[in-house]
Amino acid sequence: MKIIEFLLSALAIGVTFLYGSTGEIITEKAGHLNLGIPGIMGIGAACGCAALSVMIPAGADPLLPAWLIVIIALLATLIGGALMGLLYSFLAVTLRSNQNVTGLAMTIFGTGLTKYIFNALEKKDASYLRALPFFRFPFNNTSSALQYCGILVFIGIGVAIAASLILTRTRVGLHLRAVGESPATADAAGINVTRYKYIATIIGSAIAAVGGLFYVMDYQGSKEAYLSVEAMGWLSVALVIFSLWRPYLSIIGSFVFGAMFILGSYLPSFGVIIEPTIIKMLPYVVTIIVLIITSIRNRRENQPPASLGVSYFREDR
Amino acid sequence: MASEHHTTVKEPLIHITKNAAMPFWKGLLIRATAVVAAFLFCSLLAALFIGANPGEFIRAFIEGNFGGGAWSLARIRIWELIKGTAILLIISLAVTPAFRMRFWNIGAEGQVLISALASAAVVYYGKGIKQEWLLLVLMLIAAVAAGIIWAAIPAIFKALWNANETLFTLMMNYVATLSVAYFLVIWTKDKNGSSSLGELQRGHLPSFGNTYLVFTIIVLLTTAFMFVYLYYSKHGYEISVVGESQRTARYIGINVKKVIVRTMILSGAICGLTGFMLVAALDHTITVDTVGGRGFTAIIVSWLANFNPLIMIGTALLVVFLNLGAGQLATTFRVSNAFPDVVVGIVIFFVIGCEFFIRYKVHFRHKNRHAAGAIHSGSDHGNDQENAAPAPAIPDKGGKLK
Repeated sequence: MKIIEFLLSALAIGVTFLYGSTGEIITEKAGHLNLGIPGIMGIGAACGCAALSVMIPAGADPLLPAWLIVIIALLATLIGGALMGLLYSFLAVTLRSNQNVTGLAMTIFGTGLTKYIFNALEKKDASYLRALPFFRFPFNNTSSALQYCGILVFIGIGVAIAASLILTRTRVGLHLRAVGESPATADAAGINVTRYKYIATIIGSAIAAVGGLFYVMDYQGSKEAYLSVEAMGWLSVALVIFSLWRPYLSIIGSFVFGAMFILGSYLPSFGVIIEPTIIKMLPYVVTIIVLIITSIRNRRENQPPASLGVSYFREDR
Repeated sequence: MASEHHTTVKEPLIHITKNAAMPFWKGLLIRATAVVAAFLFCSLLAALFIGANPGEFIRAFIEGNFGGGAWSLARIRIWELIKGTAILLIISLAVTPAFRMRFWNIGAEGQVLISALASAAVVYYGKGIKQEWLLLVLMLIAAVAAGIIWAAIPAIFKALWNANETLFTLMMNYVATLSVAYFLVIWTKDKNGSSSLGELQRGHLPSFGNTYLVFTIIVLLTTAFMFVYLYYSKHGYEISVVGESQRTARYIGINVKKVIVRTMILSGAICGLTGFMLVAALDHTITVDTVGGRGFTAIIVSWLANFNPLIMIGTALLVVFLNLGAGQLATTFRVSNAFPDVVVGIVIFFVIGCEFFIRYKVHFRHKNRHAAGAIHSGSDHGNDQENAAPAPAIPDKGGKLK
């Protein structure tokens, strides 16, 4: 039974990375390396939990039915993420600032604000934690069968599949990829480059933000969870490389990452003694190896979008 | 698109062109305005959310950086300010040469941390080394070697196979962090439960005058070296050419691969020096937070200074000043100690935004042309996102957050 618990747990933690990487893939397909993902995931968690603690006052019954609480919290998270995406797009697309600098500033600001908000929530007895069972599959379910996988796990996989289909099978996806590969060509073909960049970044950030809420409310479900959201964000960025910028591969990748992430704490029960920190290094090392192999093989379809990290200015030569 | 139906050329409301040469003082004025505007915005936020009136806000910044009244306290605070600036400055210097050739090395965090680990490892395993000076030399060598290895690996893969350096160096950061975590577990195994290493008893760099004086002098020397290296040496020239255009560099006979690897080795060596100083001169211990995100902040500091080592002294000072001041504010008003990050983030957003007005020129639609084109374009803004660009000189991006 330990092995099933391990696999389900790997799936669950993997979904955190799945949300983050799906959001980041959509953004990167538009040619924007958003290093603000860790901050955005934190802000997502903070907005969702702030909404939860308003709806569930300390020491009183929830004001709304469970399903409505979950939906409103999700909306708050999506709005928080979208606003961060809007800020990033305004700086990096309209004002054409350096993407690395903008992204890192977003992470510094985002993680700072996240801690600030959660500290304020703790003063209100961290009442958001009482919404934890609401995120279990059929709302407010406490049965053991689905104790590892709440509704957000299934939504996350659905979002990744949808993103994959949109990117590869629709005109919008084609245009988006064109913008990321060669914005000048896309511009000449009549695609509104700025609009695509804005929308992709905002949607991507909103999706990534849900990963933060999922991690704090569903997977981790503890008072200290918000402190480690940043690390989850960086792992999500790693997963983008690992899955070669393809959302459907990142479903598998997220499971692999999840398994590597928690393997350390399960190994003793399988009778293997290795220091857990070494195991935790695996996702990063494997990502580096994937990065090296793909660049040596140099297959066009496994590379990052060609204009990744470069701001587009129409009058540049 | 409505515009497809008529043939008149649509004149966009705002037209943006590159701003080739702006006088230095004018650029400085725009940046200063942005910082002041950001500062005012932060004081507004502080008044709204933590109830600090502008007077208290300014006092916190003065107390946090220069102490209040008593000279003994002021001296401690000012040295803290200098120390913080020096650490941030030297890491910023380390990332700068690579940035000037558009090699986006965001791995300074890991490079410094792994060097600090190497230094600490020399102290931990070098119990048999009797002479203190020999120990220090070995620590320095180990640290610089570790920093160079951590920086050279991504550089070699970039030079040979064009592996994305941003993502590669980012991953190396976490390998470094987890390596430190791993060795801390091993080193503290027999100290039941505690995972903190405690103070290292040996390998302290001798200090005279103030504890931070030696460190500060070394950082200033590095700054001078880096300025001369980048602006007055052949290497510095090659770096600039590679940054402008790799094709031009190849055409005039510069070995681009060599320049990339050589520059990253220099970056790694300075990170190594920093890691050594953190262990030998400042902290005398190591934790996973020894660098504490300064490797990332340094990237912003370097960029804000337009990759100029001398201006970097100012930008590093600004960031540390904000951090200490906001930290004092957070202590006085008992709010989260993450508050400084929020303040620094907001100020950086303002400065990042204002760079646009230095690098680009905004032209509004010409008056009399406007009259002619108004019939068609007046109501048709839909397919031009440039409309989102703000008209005022200082964008109120903070306002977007709320």
